[in-house]
Amino acid sequence: MYQNFAPIIIFVTIGLLLAGALFIVQSLISPKFNKGGEKLATYECGEVPEGSAWIKFNIRFYVIALVFIIFDVEVIFLYPWAVVYKSLGLVAFVEMMIFLLILVAGFAYVWVKDDLNWVKLSVKYGKGRYSELAAKEESSP
Amino acid sequence: MNGIWASTLDILTSYGSMISLAGVGIFLIMAVNALVAVYFERKVSAFMQDRLGPMEVGIFGFKGGKKFWGGIGQTIADTVKLLTKEDILPDSADKKLMILAPFIIFIGAFVTFIGVPFSSVLLVSNFNIGIFYIIAMSSVGVVGIILAGWASNNKWSLYGSLRSAAQIISYEIPAGLSLILVVLVAGSLNIHDIVGWQADHRWFIFHSPMAFLAFFVYFISGVAETNRTPFDIPEAESELVAGWMTEYSGFRWALFFLSEYANMLIVCILTAVVFLGGWLSPMAMFNIFPESWLIFDGIWWGAFWIMFKAIFLIFVMMWFRWTFPRLRVDQLMYLCWKVLIPFALVNLVLVSIWELL
Amino acid sequence: MSEVFFILIAAITIASAIWVVFSSNLIYSAVALLFTLFGVAGLYVFLYADFIAATQVVVYVGGILVLIIFGVMLTNKIADNRISHSSRPRFMAGVISFFIFVLVMTVIFTTTWHTGEEQIATATVNTIGEMILTTYLLPFEVASLVLLAALMGSALLSRKKHG
Repeated sequence: MYQNFAPIIIFVTIGLLLAGALFIVQSLISPKFNKGGEKLATYECGEVPEGSAWIKFNIRFYVIALVFIIFDVEVIFLYPWAVVYKSLGLVAFVEMMIFLLILVAGFAYVWVKDDLNWVKLSVKYGKGRYSELAAKEESSP
Repeated sequence: MNGIWASTLDILTSYGSMISLAGVGIFLIMAVNALVAVYFERKVSAFMQDRLGPMEVGIFGFKGGKKFWGGIGQTIADTVKLLTKEDILPDSADKKLMILAPFIIFIGAFVTFIGVPFSSVLLVSNFNIGIFYIIAMSSVGVVGIILAGWASNNKWSLYGSLRSAAQIISYEIPAGLSLILVVLVAGSLNIHDIVGWQADHRWFIFHSPMAFLAFFVYFISGVAETNRTPFDIPEAESELVAGWMTEYSGFRWALFFLSEYANMLIVCILTAVVFLGGWLSPMAMFNIFPESWLIFDGIWWGAFWIMFKAIFLIFVMMWFRWTFPRLRVDQLMYLCWKVLIPFALVNLVLVSIWELL
Repeated sequence: MSEVFFILIAAITIASAIWVVFSSNLIYSAVALLFTLFGVAGLYVFLYADFIAATQVVVYVGGILVLIIFGVMLTNKIADNRISHSSRPRFMAGVISFFIFVLVMTVIFTTTWHTGEEQIATATVNTIGEMILTTYLLPFEVASLVLLAALMGSALLSRKKHG
């Protein structure tokens, strides 16, 4: 069976070789001018970059990754179940429904607790032109 | 002389070199796919916006102009342009990771093709775990995307890569849940078994109303996983310049491009195999022609049908691009977690009941 | 031929695992972990566990590695370019690791390992499916409870800081 997987190693080698060869071609024919200074600055709409980009970002991304892993494991449990489903029939159905119900409870929990919402609107519009927008936007997800 | 020939033949026919040849072939397929798809995309968008698209650059004297093949040499010229571009790595970037990241994404897409069938026999490895292998290997690219965005030390890149990663991993779940429907009905993960089931019964999309909906859930997730419009917020030009690709130029950028179009092809071939009968001829399904030669089955026709279906799906993806406006980040997550996932779960339960009856 | 591949994969796994531990840059450690996880997947393939190998790639590379990189990027030190960690109490760490090493080695060399004919498995997915639905039903259902607890716990923890 693992002969099936041997192409992976060969493919990785070939991919590196071919892509590497194209890089060599590029380095041979592409211009090499004097580099330095502003030319090697990162792009920030033409301004001089303000500080580093390595900043702390929104924790929502981390939460999404966490919830994803749990659902990913669930989906992976479903694959072997699906393969044998027809041979086991009703037993498999009942057993997987118990499994799914428990997880759907967790899904319902994060849903109800608003963890799946990307933006929690905490912006309050002050007095003025947009003040009447505040009530409307807060109610929407 | 005879001995040299025999040994050369030995090397050429041995397993390793066969696989190596297949590898070079798939690399060429990826390159040609990107070349053709870019041209196709330009022409399709031009058609949909009632303009002409590229019309100046010809090939071998076929300039075309306003005719439909106008500008047929455009993407070849673009490739040459990319190869002659100056290679720039910013000073403040993490150079090692910036060099490594395109390779991770490219190798991820390249290795996925081992399990992707181009016909019933044009398949490098017929895995027992078939579609699960494709899912597994296509999830590797995310790591490359995050590294590319982080290594660039550019704010646009970082935001783009984070959005892209969150989007790709989120949409893997509805995609996986819809594929489980097929596994459940066919009782196997193997691609030959899945297409075999469809040959014995009918195309999976016509299996049941739920399977019909699962096709759309899977295809929408596939569009989202390849970061195409309307789910292209990671590289929204008007918002994030070019997302995680901002700092890349020349051939490094070309590798991203190659992998992106390769991922489109993988998603479309997988959709075709799983839901649209793979290499089966559509003629066989309707059964209107009793003569067997009119069904157009066989190895080479199989390759034609699978590519026909895949290219049609790629066309649909391009169609999407000029039809739907881009989604916002919160709408994107809303669609995935609160629409597609509950939908796919209910779909799965309904199909398992359907199969019990 | 397969021995060559095995040694290659094992070497990649061990070398990148050492790199994970010794690299002073956390992001580089995470990148090295990518190769370690792939190496482990390769070792699963040698055990005829194709489904587990693919699962390893999906869950660890596609999920947990992404989570780890996100975690590294969320650390406080991220602003000053050098995300590095120092290992100060080297002596204590050395002593503890030495004891763990001795413990593991004793376990490895005192256990009587079952050796037998190499069994060639073909379709592992079916076996896994039948096992989790019959013999190992209870652990399987408990796994869903564990997942539920993990889901609720992670949601709770992430909410605490972020209103």
